[in-house]
Amino acid sequence: MKTLRIVSLALLAIFASCSSDNDETVTINELDGLTKIQEITNDTHVIELYSASGVLQQGHNAISLRIKNKTTNEYEKNATVSWAPLMHMMSMQHACPYSAVTKTSGKETLYNGYIVFQMAQNDTEYWSLKINYSINGTAYSVDETISVPASAKRRVTSFTGTDGTKYVLALIEPTSPKVAVNDIKMGVFKMENMMNFPIVNNYTVKIDPRMPSMGNHGSPNNVNLTQSTDLLYNGKLSLTMTGYWKINLQLLNSVNEVLKGEEITDTTTASSIYFEVEF
Amino acid sequence: MKKLIFHIILMLTSVILTAQEKDSLKTTSLNEVIVIGKKTELHQKQAKPLTSIDDYLQQSNKITMIKRGGYAWEPVINNMATERTLVTIEGMRIFGACTDKMDPITSYVEISNLSEANVTSGQQGTCHGATIGGAIDLKRNRSNFSETGWNGALHSGYETNGNYKIIGTAINYSKTKFYLDTDFMYRDADNYKAGNNEEVAFSQFRKFNISGTSGFQWDKNKLVEASIIYDKATDVGYPALPMDVSLAEALITSLKVEYKPVSKHFKNWETKLYYNAITHKMDDTKRPFVPIHMDMPGWSDTFGGYSKIIGTYKKHHFQANLNSFYNRSKAEMTMYPSDPNENLMFMYTWPDVRTFYTGLFLEDRYEFNCHTALHVNASIGNHNNEVASEFGLQSIQIFYPNVAKSTNRILKSTAASLAYTKNNFDYVFGLGYGERAPSVSEGYGFYLFNSFDRYDYIGNPHLKNEKSFEMNASFGYKNKKFSSKIAGSYFHISDYIVGKVNPDALPMTIGASGIKEYTALSYAEIFNLDVTAEYQLLNSLKWKNQLVYSLGNDNNKENLPFISPFRYTSTLAYKYNSFTAEFSVQGNAQQNQFAPKYGEDNTPGYAILNCNAGYIFRLEKTKLNARMGMENILDTKYSTFADWNNIPRRGRNVFLNVTFSL
Repeated sequence: MKTLRIVSLALLAIFASCSSDNDETVTINELDGLTKIQEITNDTHVIELYSASGVLQQGHNAISLRIKNKTTNEYEKNATVSWAPLMHMMSMQHACPYSAVTKTSGKETLYNGYIVFQMAQNDTEYWSLKINYSINGTAYSVDETISVPASAKRRVTSFTGTDGTKYVLALIEPTSPKVAVNDIKMGVFKMENMMNFPIVNNYTVKIDPRMPSMGNHGSPNNVNLTQSTDLLYNGKLSLTMTGYWKINLQLLNSVNEVLKGEEITDTTTASSIYFEVEF
Repeated sequence: MKKLIFHIILMLTSVILTAQEKDSLKTTSLNEVIVIGKKTELHQKQAKPLTSIDDYLQQSNKITMIKRGGYAWEPVINNMATERTLVTIEGMRIFGACTDKMDPITSYVEISNLSEANVTSGQQGTCHGATIGGAIDLKRNRSNFSETGWNGALHSGYETNGNYKIIGTAINYSKTKFYLDTDFMYRDADNYKAGNNEEVAFSQFRKFNISGTSGFQWDKNKLVEASIIYDKATDVGYPALPMDVSLAEALITSLKVEYKPVSKHFKNWETKLYYNAITHKMDDTKRPFVPIHMDMPGWSDTFGGYSKIIGTYKKHHFQANLNSFYNRSKAEMTMYPSDPNENLMFMYTWPDVRTFYTGLFLEDRYEFNCHTALHVNASIGNHNNEVASEFGLQSIQIFYPNVAKSTNRILKSTAASLAYTKNNFDYVFGLGYGERAPSVSEGYGFYLFNSFDRYDYIGNPHLKNEKSFEMNASFGYKNKKFSSKIAGSYFHISDYIVGKVNPDALPMTIGASGIKEYTALSYAEIFNLDVTAEYQLLNSLKWKNQLVYSLGNDNNKENLPFISPFRYTSTLAYKYNSFTAEFSVQGNAQQNQFAPKYGEDNTPGYAILNCNAGYIFRLEKTKLNARMGMENILDTKYSTFADWNNIPRRGRNVFLNVTFSL
């Protein structure tokens, strides 16, 4: 009888402790798989920036954010958010391709989108990120320098096509490539002006993955990228072994004219536009 | 060519001239079954007692050997290589761990330890599993509870070509209730020289083999036997391949329980459990020009067992064998980029494939009378393949997106033959049908470079079973002085598995011509005809001849690869008391019917001369068998149709083999 009482007490204690943890579990779930990049503060709010890796880098970045009210210490659930990254160069300033910021589905306090930094910072040139948001009709804003170092492998390329237009191509997936047929996703943007980089429609990105360290061999059954309903470009990338792969690219417009990039032959071992994957 | 015609004419005349003589003489076949008493060792009867088992096996009309170097040749039965044949050691299934077939099962038994090599053609060989071409079962020496006590032998050999050294021992102990047989052999050879004194680089090898078998009889008709083989080869050169072998290691173990019922109908019931583990490591570090350094290790582990019962009922002699094995084959490839900061390039070339087979084999020989017998066998088996590695499965799915993790096949076979013997003549006619599953390489291989046709091969998990319909017939005659036999076999193989070029896929191996994916021809045909004739010229002088002719083509009448051209051996053997001597000529005709699609070229004909002589010195129980000989006397530079990438074979060689036994 005594033991039974002890057991039931112990069980109670366990359940009690579980329920008291509940609030925190929600918060933890909100940030599943995310690591904080940095906080940006103004008088009223703290904006927390998150990504899977916890850092930003040259190329495509999937970014999540939360807005914490400084007075209530609560996270804002009904904000309207937009952002504007800006590169501060010696001679000029320009933006980059980026998405709208939307409420993350299935989450309470998170907002997300992506930014494609087509160049990295250097000693004299840097990126800043301005975030505009409104809560219950009141507009707020923060603006802060962000750190965008060069990526170890090439994940973004910008060039002028044969049509005279400047394009930015960014590799979005695979983020963790495998020896398998991988889903490959890219963003294809054109530079309308220094501040606008809209997605181009109905183009094709041809891919030819190669291993330069091993006789530049390729892989079979790749599928070129075409535009999906999310406006990004999707295809299939076969990687037959681990190691360093160069994904040679060709950009074709909606009437299948090559705008940039070369086909790989015995003499042309690499295209002028490419991405790199190493695993 | 003239030489060849001359031989045929000689052969035929001898057949005709002696065909009238009557009387019976037992045909000496390759199978030598030794049962009781002190071992009359098989190797001691060979022209070169300590030769390799490969050299011994290719004396059979049914067998040729694909050679990639000086050691570990691949046996080919009825012009069919490893995938289509079945090689077992005392009924045990063993699978090589090398994706390039550098470790055939035959390399794990030493000739000094071999009592019998049971070569069966086509569907007669399905006792231990499915086969198309035939089977070889290697059996080791056994003291078998004879009252011989301790005895032993010391083997030593030397060959001038390649500075080839052989040393070995055999120590046996046998009593009525217990026996222990051990055998040890060490072989070490440098590069050999082809004809004209040309050294063949990377043809060296070094290996040792230990074998032990021990039996205990706890009851009059019940015995248990444990056996082990440990074979280790290091530093084996493969001049025909781009890589050598730094390690080929095999551990082969078994435990057998045998029951010899005194019952009227059942004669013998044996049950065996076995386990073997093969490790194979390829090595390119000693090669001068390596475009990229790589490691290619492979592993093959097999658990298995069988239970076999033999009996008689009235005029029936029957046998049943229930057998099963579980094999795990895995091979990897790791390539080292020249930039040390780059990640290693890794892939599974065999994606950890598990094969689970269970089959039942039934056989009956019915004797109508003393002249006529009908032999019938049938088998059915379930063959399951599973890709255990998720990494490996996803790799294969690059080529075949719908590959399932596991596939199941039912393999069936049946054969019947009718034998008739009367007045020195014997006739045999047989029919057979059999199926086989694709091998691990054919089903799941991933970028396996074939240095013969220089293509990277990709396995195809969707292959159908290969199906063979065969016909065979033989006609023999023997009397006191003469014996002769003509045997022919024809195989019609449907869904014949070969590699076919995929022009859209790029090769992986540097220097490869492209990708071949395993696929099936609608059918292929293989025809073999062999003639043996032996004539006792004098009491002490015997003349032995072998002629073999083969044809192989696919459904477009194009040649198949590795089909032997016309080949012949003619031997004069002299035996007087303890002295024996032999002189032989051995040759191949030109290989006109070659298969360029599979990397073959027109190999010229050749003929070589060999001689040897030996004497057995006896002093009470001790025996010294010394044998000396010269091979390729004229130092001819040649290569055969079965020499991988035309590597030349050994030039002139003088050997001395000495066995001292107590």
